[in-house]
Amino acid sequence: MTWLWRRGRALVVAAPVLWLGLFFLMPFLVVLRVSFAEAVIARPPFSELLDWADGLLTVTLNLGNYTFLVEDDLYIDAYLNSIRVAFVSTLICLVIAYPMALLIARSKYRNLLLMLVILPFWTSFLLRMYALIGLMSPTGFINSALALAGIGPITMMQTDFAVYAGIVTGYLPLMILPLYSTLEKLDESLLEAAHDLGAKPWKAFLTVTLPLSAPGILAGSLLVFIPAVGEFVIPALLGGPDQLMIGKVLWTEFFNNRDWPLASAVAIAMLALLVAPIMFVRNALGAKE
Amino acid sequence: MTAPAAQRAPTSAPKSDRAFIRIEDVVKTFDGFRAVDQVSLDVAEGEIFCLLGGSGSGKSTLLRMLAGFETPDAGRIEIDGQDMTSVPPWDRPVNMMFQSYALFPHMSVAKNIAYGLKQDGMSRADIEAQVKRMLDLVKLSALGHRKPNQLSGGQRQRVALARALAKKPKALLLDEPLSALDKKLREETQFELMDIQDSLGTTFIVVTHDQEEAMTLGSRIGVMDQGKLVQVDKPRDLYEFPRNRFIADFVGSVNIFEGVVAEDLPDRVTIASDALGGAIHVHHGMSCQEGQTVWVAVRPEKMVLRREAPTGVLGETVGGMAQGVVEDIAYIGGLTHYRVVLPSGQRVRATLANRERHDDAAPTWEETVWISWAGDAGVALTS
Repeated sequence: MTWLWRRGRALVVAAPVLWLGLFFLMPFLVVLRVSFAEAVIARPPFSELLDWADGLLTVTLNLGNYTFLVEDDLYIDAYLNSIRVAFVSTLICLVIAYPMALLIARSKYRNLLLMLVILPFWTSFLLRMYALIGLMSPTGFINSALALAGIGPITMMQTDFAVYAGIVTGYLPLMILPLYSTLEKLDESLLEAAHDLGAKPWKAFLTVTLPLSAPGILAGSLLVFIPAVGEFVIPALLGGPDQLMIGKVLWTEFFNNRDWPLASAVAIAMLALLVAPIMFVRNALGAKE
Repeated sequence: MTAPAAQRAPTSAPKSDRAFIRIEDVVKTFDGFRAVDQVSLDVAEGEIFCLLGGSGSGKSTLLRMLAGFETPDAGRIEIDGQDMTSVPPWDRPVNMMFQSYALFPHMSVAKNIAYGLKQDGMSRADIEAQVKRMLDLVKLSALGHRKPNQLSGGQRQRVALARALAKKPKALLLDEPLSALDKKLREETQFELMDIQDSLGTTFIVVTHDQEEAMTLGSRIGVMDQGKLVQVDKPRDLYEFPRNRFIADFVGSVNIFEGVVAEDLPDRVTIASDALGGAIHVHHGMSCQEGQTVWVAVRPEKMVLRREAPTGVLGETVGGMAQGVVEDIAYIGGLTHYRVVLPSGQRVRATLANRERHDDAAPTWEETVWISWAGDAGVALTS
């Protein structure tokens, strides 16, 4: 029995490890390898790193892709802009999601309300973004309604606003759910104790509810921030041509310029940039425990 | 609070008879259920008042209305002469110690205690001094920097007490203050709680379901049942002079014999009881009519259990007697509980103190014995 048990445990662990190794680690290593190659007009469009000739092994590591990222303002601007957009969207999500999560956590109809929060996930992400175009385009729903009132049209498409609207509608549930799960666990007698000790509701919220929901805030923020930084679909569909985001740059390098090594370097740099905040948050949470 | 401790009576004696907390005809209904039903109660300053009742008796709801977490549907609550009926909890001069303690898990012990003082806008130096005083009071001076999850249950209970007392409330409301502690610790803490109350002179209102705890702590006890305050009395009066069968049964254990009034004299009543299989004499007057059904309550420790028939005269020194068979014996060390079956089928509990180490002569299982009690041991109840 113990033999079977141990085998079973090993199998349970092996399956995800194998999956991650095959479909996450391997592609990552491929991308890492390509990022050190040189772009060539060939198939595949990058040079070999290893060369074996006359008993001599030559390793050619091209660091030019990475130095180019720093030298050309385009990439730095795109990174900074992506982070800015992701940060602002995360903040908007947090401000909208917190009261919602608090309300759901204290509602009698929490299951129904949670269902409604998750409901949009049943529609394809792409479809939801197209629906936003239908709402915001110059001849869309909003402008048609405004035209009836004799106002407008207002330009919404191809603006920062459209990108924020897209990210916030797309990712809001990812903020609400972790917030809900921490707020729902919050012991109500703690708030009563705060009130009893003289804290008015607003003060009790700031000193008790808010600090105790910090893990939920951090988890939700990461869930929104990380995909928002690399977001490609939303800026491509809703954003303007001057809306510089790293996801779009990556796409252009890969498919328009066919510069796979540079695109790979962009991807690796982005990953490194995203790992830093995750590690920071993990440590911050770890210190709290 | 100005009187020195030495001049104070050893147990929480009220400072005055003036009603410090006044509850008038308070009603609270939840979804059509009357949780608190027309309760009126006066609590004197400096007293430890215990609200005793089972779960759902309304004792916690009453306490929560004093704290301000619930608003009465009808009636009035007054604290120190001021109407508090609809004052929110943050503006009330009372503090509460929660059953779960409700310590803020993200704050240190010192921060927890300082929380209420900060809300009052007290200066930093004053807060520090008061926190130190409170930590000394509950003997936790060394643990001020710890987080609540680094404390034992008993220590957490002290922090909760210190936090609730830090603002020098006019009354401290304690919701099952000792229920989370184990038995030994609970007994120690009971006395500590009384010492602290004695040294501060703060009015305590304690909610508990544990009658022993209520008896130990309370200068007076109010027993609640189904939203109503059934009896308010000193512990001894509650035990020896219960108002009805519910109180007699709820506070301690009791034998109750049903019977009808056979003779009603000003200073004594004779009751014919089929349950006992004979007459019961009660040495106190009561307002009743002949032929009325009444119940006589006799505490197990007031029962005399012997092989021989009692020597006294029934109606003079003996209040009641009957022969029965020992059905069960529970030896618990200091005491032995006997259960005797009477011919009527009624079971009688008798408790004997084990004064001697060797007692081979004690009645044993299946033995026929006499039970009896003294003329003034029983209480007749009309409801």
